[in-house]
Amino acid sequence: MRYIARLANLTLTDEEVKKIQKQLSETLKYVEALNELNTDKVEPTSQVTGLMNISREDEIKPSISQKDSLSCAMTKDNGFFKTKSIHEFK
Amino acid sequence: MNLNKLTITEAINGLKEKKFSSEELVEDCFKRIKDIDEKVRAFVTVCENEALEQVKRIGGNVPNAEKPLLGIPFAVKDNFCTKDIKTTASAKVLENYVPVYDATVVKKLKEAGAIIIGKTNMDAWAHGSSTETSDFFTTRNPWNLNRLPGGSSGGSAAAIAADMTIGAIGSETAGSIRQPAAWCGVVGMKPTYGRVSRYGVIAMASSTDSPGPITKTVEDSALILGILAGKDENDATTSPLLVPNYLREIRVMGEMGGISWIKGIKIGVPKEYFIEGIEEEVKNNTLKAIDVFKKLGAEIVEISLIDPKYSVAVYTILQRSEVSSNLARYDGIRFGNNRTFFGQEAKRRIMLGTYTLSAGYFDKYYLKAQKVRTLICQDFEKAFQKVDIILGPTSPCTALPVGITKGASMFGELQDILVEASSIAGLPGINLCSGFSQDGLPTGIQIIGQNFSEELILKTSFAYEQATEWSKRKPNLE
Repeated sequence: MRYIARLANLTLTDEEVKKIQKQLSETLKYVEALNELNTDKVEPTSQVTGLMNISREDEIKPSISQKDSLSCAMTKDNGFFKTKSIHEFK
Repeated sequence: MNLNKLTITEAINGLKEKKFSSEELVEDCFKRIKDIDEKVRAFVTVCENEALEQVKRIGGNVPNAEKPLLGIPFAVKDNFCTKDIKTTASAKVLENYVPVYDATVVKKLKEAGAIIIGKTNMDAWAHGSSTETSDFFTTRNPWNLNRLPGGSSGGSAAAIAADMTIGAIGSETAGSIRQPAAWCGVVGMKPTYGRVSRYGVIAMASSTDSPGPITKTVEDSALILGILAGKDENDATTSPLLVPNYLREIRVMGEMGGISWIKGIKIGVPKEYFIEGIEEEVKNNTLKAIDVFKKLGAEIVEISLIDPKYSVAVYTILQRSEVSSNLARYDGIRFGNNRTFFGQEAKRRIMLGTYTLSAGYFDKYYLKAQKVRTLICQDFEKAFQKVDIILGPTSPCTALPVGITKGASMFGELQDILVEASSIAGLPGINLCSGFSQDGLPTGIQIIGQNFSEELILKTSFAYEQATEWSKRKPNLE
């Protein structure tokens, strides 16, 4: 559970871990039902539109301004998003 | 004047005939919201100033070919980005998020002249079927305030049922339009996946998310779908197919004594959709609806579809997986709060989705679910070789009591058991009110069609609505 939480970038309390673990097991048990169906020769469906390789002209168009892009950021500095350091220096 | 009670088409006609102004129309909606939304709590944000400002700019103009919705009030589910209007998806992570752009659906409504009067409550991130998992508050069912409105588009369905708005927009991933529409006794249309653009909708499960109208009548549904549908270069999954004039088509059918049109239609009724535990009144009202169609001359054919329990399993895996991926973008850096603000339901879904996508489990869960998805699609294809449309109950029960979802890990999935298969296959479907229980709660039927058969669904629905009185009933909230 702690490993999955780390993959998902979530911080869980001990109590949450216990609760979610129980619910996760319940849900996984329910979906086991799928094993009753034989899918040996079945192709997977990832999308239902039948559309493929949709592209458009690569044109330069006006986009959201720097000011607007930053308008919802909690912390910014000098026209940039400000984040914690992502590299650890020792 | 109680103009808030009007349907979209009635309001358009009234405005055109200058019986009242758009200012009066919008004001009556706000008055209704002020009178009863303390009890119903359908709205997360009410934008009175912005709306009145917009109305002023309309001046004496009335709806026309270019702006068919000029001055018509709309409530929009709070997962559609609205420029300069807070958009939260009823989630604390986004409690202060003010988008700098409009979702395509919102853009199209505005271009047609509609007035956004507010943003409606939902299950946080659309994760649920009750509107009870909103991070802010629970919306109540206008037919009985101790009951839930369903969800996730519960706020929009409740706002329509309680006449707080003229039109409303919802979104469905698997049930989120049809199920609240069923519990609130209104018309909810989930279009074919790719018929209406998802651009600017806060994503839930990207391979099934479908925006659509929630309205008082089938006519309104046809009108709004016609305005929202179409290819959007900002959403590569939108279909290039031409959009029919749905409203004109159903009106032509109506004028030609539409009822006769329905003779020749083959309606399939899947026996598996009368599941164990279905409420007696839901079942009976569905059978009565089938009788209505029989009397209209339709041919009723019993069909068999894959057990809905498999759709629940497929949907649960696909949805959790896509959710974990879609919610990964919320880092609290560019907009919104950080990840500690996620509610319990979101955390639980992210955890399961991360698990089913993780190395070693992908084949067992995600790939298996995608394969069964293929079987479900093929199952429908086979059914549609025999019948034109499929009819069944929308929800196995009427609106459940407030508080029922607490601690349930799959409440929504099991509630939506009868709508998941069609959503997984991308098919369009509509909910229509099929009557009421002894306790006065609405029951709903759904009509499902092949991909891009919205016109057929709307025509069939219109014939049913003309032959019944249910859509005229209103809840008593005084």
